Amino acid sequence: MSHIDNPSHIVENVSRRGVLKGVVASGAVILVARSLPAQAAGSLPKYTTGASAMPHGTVNDPHIFVAIDSAGLVTIVAARAEMGTGAARTSLPMILADEMEADWARVRIVQGEGNEVKYGNQDTDGSRSVRHWLWPMRECGAAMRMMLETAAAARWGVPVEEVEATNHEIVHHGSGRRLGYGAVAADAAKLATPARETLRFKDPAAFRYIGTGSIPAVDLFNITTGRAIYGQDVRLPGMKYAVIARPPVLNGKLVSFDATEAMKVPGVEKVMELKGWTWPAKFQPLGGIAVIARNTGAAIKGRDKLKIVWDDGEHASYNSDSYREAMKATAAKPGQVARNEGDIDAAMKGAAKVITAEYYLPHIAHATMEPLAATAVVTDAGAEIWSSVQSPGGTRDDVAKTLGLPVEKVVVNNMLLGGGFGRKSKCDYAQEAALLSKALGGTPVKVIWTREDDLQHDYLHTVAWQRIDAALDSNNKVIGWRHRSVAPSIWSTFIPDPKHLQPLETSMGLIDMPFDIANIRCETGEAAAHTRIGWFRSVINIPQGFAVQSFAAELAAATGKDQKEMLLELIGPPRIVDPRKSVKELWNYGEPFESYPIDTGRLARVLELAAEKAGWGRKLPEGHGLGIAVHRSFVSYIATVVEVAVNKDGSWSIPRVDTAIDCGFHVNPERITSQIEGAAVMALGIAKHGAITFKNGRVQQSNFNDYQVVRISEAPKVTNVYIVPAGIEVPPSGVGEPGVPPFAPALCNAIFNATGKRIRQLPIGNTIAI
Amino acid sequence: MITLRVNGQVQAYDGDPSLPLLWYLRDELGLTGSKFGCGEGLCGACTVHLAGNAVRSCAVSMADAAGHEVVTIEGLDPRGDHPVQRAWRAVNVPQCGFCQAGQIMQAAALLAKTPNPTEQQITEAMDGNICRCGCYQRIQTAVRAAATGV
Repeated sequence: MSHIDNPSHIVENVSRRGVLKGVVASGAVILVARSLPAQAAGSLPKYTTGASAMPHGTVNDPHIFVAIDSAGLVTIVAARAEMGTGAARTSLPMILADEMEADWARVRIVQGEGNEVKYGNQDTDGSRSVRHWLWPMRECGAAMRMMLETAAAARWGVPVEEVEATNHEIVHHGSGRRLGYGAVAADAAKLATPARETLRFKDPAAFRYIGTGSIPAVDLFNITTGRAIYGQDVRLPGMKYAVIARPPVLNGKLVSFDATEAMKVPGVEKVMELKGWTWPAKFQPLGGIAVIARNTGAAIKGRDKLKIVWDDGEHASYNSDSYREAMKATAAKPGQVARNEGDIDAAMKGAAKVITAEYYLPHIAHATMEPLAATAVVTDAGAEIWSSVQSPGGTRDDVAKTLGLPVEKVVVNNMLLGGGFGRKSKCDYAQEAALLSKALGGTPVKVIWTREDDLQHDYLHTVAWQRIDAALDSNNKVIGWRHRSVAPSIWSTFIPDPKHLQPLETSMGLIDMPFDIANIRCETGEAAAHTRIGWFRSVINIPQGFAVQSFAAELAAATGKDQKEMLLELIGPPRIVDPRKSVKELWNYGEPFESYPIDTGRLARVLELAAEKAGWGRKLPEGHGLGIAVHRSFVSYIATVVEVAVNKDGSWSIPRVDTAIDCGFHVNPERITSQIEGAAVMALGIAKHGAITFKNGRVQQSNFNDYQVVRISEAPKVTNVYIVPAGIEVPPSGVGEPGVPPFAPALCNAIFNATGKRIRQLPIGNTIAI
Repeated sequence: MITLRVNGQVQAYDGDPSLPLLWYLRDELGLTGSKFGCGEGLCGACTVHLAGNAVRSCAVSMADAAGHEVVTIEGLDPRGDHPVQRAWRAVNVPQCGFCQAGQIMQAAALLAKTPNPTEQQITEAMDGNICRCGCYQRIQTAVRAAATGV
């Protein structure tokens, strides 16, 4: 099969023959069954995670993840996707290296191909990497360390209890003899992996890398020198470049096309129809007309010259303005009950005051910096894909299904992802490349999505209307809470449209609402999907969290209270909130509730921490305001204080952000900080600019001119991040996503405090009408 | 026939003169460090130096590049040790990294002309370069660090 023409510059993939051969020749990755004497039990975690419920679970075997050559170079396989969090290629290998007492300077990382039977679950999504893999990586490292010790003890003919692995060598305590890891690697590789119950773990106080933030991202040098290879950068000998004109309206059908002018463009070699699937079709391609050329520029120019007639079909009726009004009307009526506690109707009837507010958030597009790209070679022998995907194992399955091949005949090589944010969980682009290569008789084809393609054929974040009604008694205590959430469901991507949010979605900021209120009802309203709906970083926590946290501040304003004090009053005393007593199904981000409960003590603590660090209540310059919000998502607790500065002309900026995160035990605080800094920028973009709108079924935006994202001049000047300390006994929780939801409500709460203006519909725009 | 110098080497090109320089660099020469982000000069991911100026290579045609010296991220410094690259590493700027070659080329062009920029000058110079991961706070810090020495 083909291989990459520039191996020294590629993200190394273990499926590439050269690398694999190198690993095997150096004497590891050979599994020979042999039993090992049971050793003293180590301290395995007292909690469980949802990792085992994921497809293919986790793998903790060093025979899969580690190779050591005779010079002592340790190779660790990164099997998950690296999209900038640092989790896949830095933090997880670092856990393994630390636990096996490897010297990080003598560790290299290779990228695992898509193969979940071998590596366990690879779906890099849901802020799960460290949460699910902290312990499997520790177990893997501990097993490898013990195998090295066993091999060295055998070499010396001494009891294994007398030897200890430390910093890349094994020491015999009695004699002071030492052996490097490379010297015993071949012997260690012949040993069976010790049983999990027999593993001995390092004392966390002895961690060299975990928790220090001292290890730069593995790809840092290559990124700064242009050597890092992303899906867009893959090059194969004889490769052709393809761009595709897709139906502009969901389920639109091709009527006819004329490629005469396109074929006249220098460099254009072929124009052909690509099969599409009728919605819902999961991640299968939309179909369209593909232009194949000798370079990307020619392919794009050729596509511009195509004359295509589409039959738009029923979704041509989709118009964002009228859809918003329809959602608003739906929210005015009772919906399907998703959570019901107490008697909300009686509470409303008996209320001294009822406060109502409604909130709207439009569709938003992921707009990963790297537009989608995939390269494929499909012959009778099988299929090989090179791409940047969040789920390499899932991509393998989907490509195999689309091509009608057994999965064993599909190889998916994963490159670095130039951003993911949930878009690259959907591998339609990899399937397009596979179908084109197959149609071209095995010619290597790279499919490139332009930015216009990316914005107009995204799996968009849903559009949402939220309405909250609160009943207050004569003492201004909140005695009733009714929240209606109206938004098309992600499930419309997978099954015939249920037209109501499903438990996975209602559990993200609707039915998991943690406030201490006697009468609660949460409802969903009917909303049909007219475009592909997908998950975007932090998912429907964005609009639902925006509504709840904006409304809390509205209650503060209505009752003359401080925003933070109002939140603390609503959160109530430290306790475990368990909505399951009145909820059919609570999706706890895939985690056991017992390990990851809804803990209002932790929620209040991050609120207090952010407020304290931000100097909540401090004197501010004229036109400035502070706003606060707190939200639990991806089983982490995050509070944000935003300082806004609003000028007399309505223009505004953000001098400062303070965010506190409680994500349990944490591995790489430096990358956690960068994630939270970045989340503030992305969330600001959602609040200020983000809006994908439809007219006659078509996306109206096309590029960064009309779908704006935040630039450096408008980014928060300073974002301070505070991580709540936690010991190894506290289960780790999500980091990549939960920074987003509290930002927009904190911002709008700050704008209210600065100006008295309450913003309930996003985006805000460049100026605030005061 | 169009000739130009790319990272010090003379190159000859006889294809469509309207082809954007970006695709010549990436697809014909295999210099994939310059990235495609928008194709309209809106995001800066494809920034290279053309006759010493930072330009968006997606918006420069081969005809316009003819006869000029082009420097890409691959040619900025033979060992990858340009002060801007060192500063980027010292501050741990990147997340996904996709925009960073363009950011670095933009910053290097700024400092070549304005060795001691003000904060405002840094912000203005970098405002055409989008980072979707949101590394702006660190970009600002790194450009400042590169100017003052790391």
